[in-house]
Amino acid sequence: MTRLTEAFDRISAAQKLYLPIEKAEQVNFDEYAPGANVRLDVTKTVKSAKDAFFPQCEDFAHFHMDGKSINVKPVAPESEPFTVFGVRACDARSFKGVLDLVFLSDPLDPYYAARREHGTLVVLACGNPEESCFCQTFGVNPAESADGDANAWIVGDTMYLKAVTEKGEKLLALLGDLLSDADDQPVEAEKARIHEEMAKLPLADLSVESLKDGAMMEEFNSPRWKDLSAACLGCGSCTFVCPTCQCYDIRDFNTGHGVQRYRCWDSCMYSDFTLMAHGSNRPTQLERFRQRFMHKLVYFPMNNDGVFSCVGCGRCVEKCPIHMNIVKVIKALGGKKHVD
Amino acid sequence: MQVTENKAFKPLIVAFCCNWCSYAGADLAGTSRLTYPADVKIIRVPCSCRVNPLFILRAFQRGADGVIICGCHPGDCHYTTGNYYARRRMTTLFSMLDYLGIERARTRVEWVSAAEGVKFASVMNDFVKTVTELGENVKLGDLRCKESL
Amino acid sequence: MLNVAREKLASGEVKRVLGWEKGEFWYDLTPAFFETEESLNGFVYNGFSGANLSKYLIKARDWEGKTLVFLKPCDTLSFNQLLTEHRIDREKVYVVGAGCKGMLDYNKMKKLGIRKEADVTDRQAVLLGKCLACKGKTFYAFDEVIDDEEAQKPIEVEDRFNEVKKIEALSPEERFAFWRSQLSKCIRCNACRNVCPACSCVKCVFDNPNSGVASKANPDDFEENLFHIIRAFHVAGRCTDCGECSRVCPQGIPLHLLNRKFIKDIDELYGDYQAGLEPGSRAPLVNFDKNDPDPKIVMERGENA
Repeated sequence: MTRLTEAFDRISAAQKLYLPIEKAEQVNFDEYAPGANVRLDVTKTVKSAKDAFFPQCEDFAHFHMDGKSINVKPVAPESEPFTVFGVRACDARSFKGVLDLVFLSDPLDPYYAARREHGTLVVLACGNPEESCFCQTFGVNPAESADGDANAWIVGDTMYLKAVTEKGEKLLALLGDLLSDADDQPVEAEKARIHEEMAKLPLADLSVESLKDGAMMEEFNSPRWKDLSAACLGCGSCTFVCPTCQCYDIRDFNTGHGVQRYRCWDSCMYSDFTLMAHGSNRPTQLERFRQRFMHKLVYFPMNNDGVFSCVGCGRCVEKCPIHMNIVKVIKALGGKKHVD
Repeated sequence: MQVTENKAFKPLIVAFCCNWCSYAGADLAGTSRLTYPADVKIIRVPCSCRVNPLFILRAFQRGADGVIICGCHPGDCHYTTGNYYARRRMTTLFSMLDYLGIERARTRVEWVSAAEGVKFASVMNDFVKTVTELGENVKLGDLRCKESL
Repeated sequence: MLNVAREKLASGEVKRVLGWEKGEFWYDLTPAFFETEESLNGFVYNGFSGANLSKYLIKARDWEGKTLVFLKPCDTLSFNQLLTEHRIDREKVYVVGAGCKGMLDYNKMKKLGIRKEADVTDRQAVLLGKCLACKGKTFYAFDEVIDDEEAQKPIEVEDRFNEVKKIEALSPEERFAFWRSQLSKCIRCNACRNVCPACSCVKCVFDNPNSGVASKANPDDFEENLFHIIRAFHVAGRCTDCGECSRVCPQGIPLHLLNRKFIKDIDELYGDYQAGLEPGSRAPLVNFDKNDPDPKIVMERGENA
């Protein structure tokens, strides 16, 4: 572990490196520069690692007016390799399991695709899962991920690394002499310990079995939505910290001498989400609130072979100002079938 | 805001002038053939209290290096009390900008009557000088609006 | 408290009760409207009832019948301010003052390894940031108060302007660096705005596509500054310093320090004013005195004053 900084310095010298970094008391994925306060001990960054592949804001094109002529400069997709290190299994699943389905299916999103192609993802096992974690509900294995390019475990003072893909092997080759061959035993023990820890979590028994095959569709008109959404502030905290929320808006900014066209995350909780000339198609917060959960638990799985668009990272559970979240919704509406 | 290699820095100043006093003051400065730098772009408003904090911030966003608000002297407002409100608002807003570490000398409020052409010219000369010394507005500018692409 | 709520619901005097509902864990209470006596089984009032419920009464104004609401002492200031702004209908609300021992910050508790309110020995150490500037235990609006001696004990408070003074004492460059590091964390989730009882515009300028400043993200540093300066300015003079903005910020930005700066300036320049203390009073920024100081005062204060 003492040589970890050396390893990060070496990677960052070769390519951009994103790590959980603490800035102004908060830990988020950020570009590493020597001297940064790296916090691999923090299980949950405030925002997910989504920014690395699908940033909150990205420019598409710049239009510059010069008299009567307009110069258009498109922004090229990512073409340099980069590494995201220390992502947790839930976030890794959000890329491979959810966002890829959205952005890599037809029509392909060239910006996301380029980042996925050039990005190497190192997944760190969750030594200290938190109370709000429920990734197991969605079949994520926090002890060893198959969704990244390499896996990492921190046991005591040692970090163990294991490549999963070719990209992962290339990265490990870059670190070459900093690594030494290791025995599988400590990692196996750590995996077992993580599974034990996970079993003890309060949400360990949360199940979405009863929600399969769009079962919750029947709850569309449930009177419970009214109570559940009553206190919702309509802010976008849940959507912006979520690793799987993928809605965006494309906007034009008037620079005074042209236009800057950019994409930014949008939130279905906002009153101007998918605003049309006739107004909003979800006029009240109840409908917006319902949309978020129906999308994650019903519409998305219906269109994607039953894959739920939640990975159980629990960020919304921690960050919602009024503590209303997907767990409460699943428990209020999803469990019904079992009881009947 | 234009910086070229051989040219000295020329600031862009936005002056919000109330229709009844300060705009007339600027007019008088002109008809009296008093000179003040052409860097000052005047925006006429019905009253100094029409100036919304958003106007000021957006002026900075679009490349202003200094923003000055000119109104009737307190007590002389065409609408009786408008500039009294403006006075409180601008004081608290400028104090907030200062609190955020933005150079306070980039913002100013001056009371200029319709008879004070000379004052208008001297205020503008002084303000342009101050802002020129401060240089380009970097802290409260918007990179997207910079001329170069 | 439960008995009062039950009685009022049963007698039909109120149609619903606005309170807090128990959550999944030990700390995650959700504000909720209880419409039946059975639903009140989920009602909880404890150290995690930090949410200020007064803003929900704007919604309740348009509903049929009366709403019973539980308000903590500081919440009653927000309530009065909303009354002043004609955003709520006093006739449709039955206010029950809820005694408050200071609300708890579960993040602070988790750090100390405390996992229940009963295990808290040093309450001061785990209070919410906003409670460290407690404005006292007086209810400024109520129809009935449920209080006890324990809750009446005052909370030790420092001068609430201390943090503001510390920032003012920095050099402009340091101040700029401090606010950049804080505001650059903003993800523009609007939680601060949406929770704020003073932010009650039907359509916010930042949501209005015709305003020219509407935005859903911060594509440039400028937008972070713009949003937070304008938001703080818009509530200046009306902000009761309830501290909800800082409590809900997912990135832990100390937004209350912007609001308090305005409060401090207003107090110093135009006389002490506490929003919500007297319903109907005129907020300082929609008021004036002929002898107010000139804006030059900002320039004249010493560089580090």
